[in-house]
Amino acid sequence: MTALASLRRIGLPRLVVHLSVLLICLLWLVPTFGILVTSFREPQQIASSGWWTALTGSSQTMAVRLADGVAARQDGTNYVISGSVFEAGQGGKVQAFGTKVTAPSDYKASEPADLGEGETLTINEDGSYTYTKNAPFEAGRGKRVYLTVGTPPAFTTQNYETVLTSQGIGQAFVNSLTVAIPSTIIPILIAAFAAYALSWMEFPGRALILAMVVGLMVVPLQMSLIPLLKMYNEVGALFGVPSRSYAGVWLAHSAFGMPLAIYLLRNYIAGLPKEIIESARVDGASDFEIFLKIVLPLSFPALASFSIFQFLWTWNDLLVAMVFLGTGKDQLVLTGALNALLGSQGGKWEILTASAFITILVPIAVFFALQRYLVRGLLTGSVKGG
Amino acid sequence: MISQLVSSVGVVIAGVFFCALYYWLSDRLLQLIFPVRDGDVRTASLNLNRRASVRPWLFLGPALLLLAVYLVYPVVATFILSFYDRSGTTYVGAANYLWAVNDAQFRQAIFNNVLWLAVVPAACTFLGLVIAVMTDRIWWGNIAKSLIFMPMAISFVGASVIWKFVYEYRGGKEAQIGLLNAIVQFFGGDPQVWISMPFWNNFFLMAILIWIQTGFAMVILSAALRGIPEETVEAAVIDGANGWQIFWKIMVPQIWGTIAVVWTTITILVLKVFDIVLTMTNGQWNTMVLANLMFDWMFRGGGDSGRSAVIALVIMAAVTPIMIWNIRQASNQGGGR
Repeated sequence: MTALASLRRIGLPRLVVHLSVLLICLLWLVPTFGILVTSFREPQQIASSGWWTALTGSSQTMAVRLADGVAARQDGTNYVISGSVFEAGQGGKVQAFGTKVTAPSDYKASEPADLGEGETLTINEDGSYTYTKNAPFEAGRGKRVYLTVGTPPAFTTQNYETVLTSQGIGQAFVNSLTVAIPSTIIPILIAAFAAYALSWMEFPGRALILAMVVGLMVVPLQMSLIPLLKMYNEVGALFGVPSRSYAGVWLAHSAFGMPLAIYLLRNYIAGLPKEIIESARVDGASDFEIFLKIVLPLSFPALASFSIFQFLWTWNDLLVAMVFLGTGKDQLVLTGALNALLGSQGGKWEILTASAFITILVPIAVFFALQRYLVRGLLTGSVKGG
Repeated sequence: MISQLVSSVGVVIAGVFFCALYYWLSDRLLQLIFPVRDGDVRTASLNLNRRASVRPWLFLGPALLLLAVYLVYPVVATFILSFYDRSGTTYVGAANYLWAVNDAQFRQAIFNNVLWLAVVPAACTFLGLVIAVMTDRIWWGNIAKSLIFMPMAISFVGASVIWKFVYEYRGGKEAQIGLLNAIVQFFGGDPQVWISMPFWNNFFLMAILIWIQTGFAMVILSAALRGIPEETVEAAVIDGANGWQIFWKIMVPQIWGTIAVVWTTITILVLKVFDIVLTMTNGQWNTMVLANLMFDWMFRGGGDSGRSAVIALVIMAAVTPIMIWNIRQASNQGGGR
């Protein structure tokens, strides 16, 4: 039994814990769920009602005129006007109606409303109405009524089609992949060789290099930006190539991820059983062979941990891409595109939410599929480090 | 589009191939230069030793080169640039530092960064600890943990859009479509323009980072809590301690080390916070922070490398104590292997 299990026997009432955790989970989920729901709603509905009403449908108030008094027909002693408040093809469900703008939902749909002066008005849910009076109607303009019309929940994938094609999110998605894949894989091999040297080879200055790696792990990116930007510009001018290119971003991401990669892999590789490596040495295997045939396959969990970190970091990065990549169509990454949309399409939530959801889709899939390795990496990176 | 992806995958394959080729060729070369032949035992053993002393540097070479070019050199260069003018050509002494001290926006950024530092690491660590304890006590705790941990995978920009929608304000008689304003209205309050409310808007931005980082704190603290030896708690139970006392006096003191790690990790992240402020307010309405001011000066009016170098150095100076502490911790442990 663990320490926590012992605490369990004496602590707070269970129910309080269940409810608090439920509340926290909701608090953590609801904002993301909000943009998911919104991204599937129609622009008009997004603007007129909160996303939490999406499942129950929304209702809006509108004004219509009933038919003119001349259209009335006589029915015994009464005069009746009938028709529909909806125009042909217009959908919806009347929930309530009223005759004054200050009280637009005085009467319920389908129930006869006594309007006084011998007038009775019934408006059904489907929009058909019967307007009865015990005296002839005056000719002229029809009576104005106010309706509360419910629109059934309606979902659409139109927003996604729009952002993927006309807002350039589709291209940005490909650009993000173009940045993230090489930036994730290339540093692994380089870091693994370095980590092996730092774990299983004796040489002067090893402790110093390790300390340097640990120190560089926390150096803010901001320290690197200005000199690197100058350097890229000079290299670009010297060789006549554009200073902002994918190659530059790949190298930058590889280098910025290098300290963490070396640290994580070194922690893992140094912990491999000494016997395996020494017996391989006795058998005459070179360091190169030991690394390739023994260390690399055994280090798979650490390699996986680092790849996930690096992928999430390069996919989600905005700063490095903003500084080292252009803002042209073929170089703008998802985060950059989303940031640009926030500026240009400020209030258009159907575009923003759909784009945002596309942006977070891939990292969330990676997260849920490989959570195990992510957690393991975090634990070696932090708990051991302290 | 497709060709771009294909070329990206091609780069991966070529990159991996050339890396492997480098390590293989350099190893071969080493064997050629220092041959080990039968017969001459003395030269052979000498050459074996020579190989052993060169090989680590071949293995480390590419990594060290990347670190040197992209991290070590820039730190030195930024320090030097901070004494030069906007284009980095004329020496101006401490002028950039004097500018910073007297600049209202810089002081605003410092103030806001201190505010962030005071709130976010504490809130994340506290919430993370509380959630870790609670989720360990219920059967669906792991699902809850997954959900709370999930925002870590979301980009800061994505999270900003998510929360900007929560904070959305509609003027006039329009229905509020932002969740926060709808709740405020439901309880009879007046809707507010949250992100342009001076001073308090900082806290609405911080909420986003807390939302992202609490899961990280929770995962690590949860692992540390599970590592507490059971005997210590048993003994406290026998002595008649209640749950509250056990938590604060027995369990928390045993995980101080981990709490410090979580706290410092989030502190570093907070010092570098950039995306959230850029996308939510771009530093307007008194929300400027150092990283954004630095970025701003990098490009403002063609860029001022001197001033933005000074701002970067302030961030670096704030990180340095944590860096030294980390290096000490790591070398204490590294000596043990």
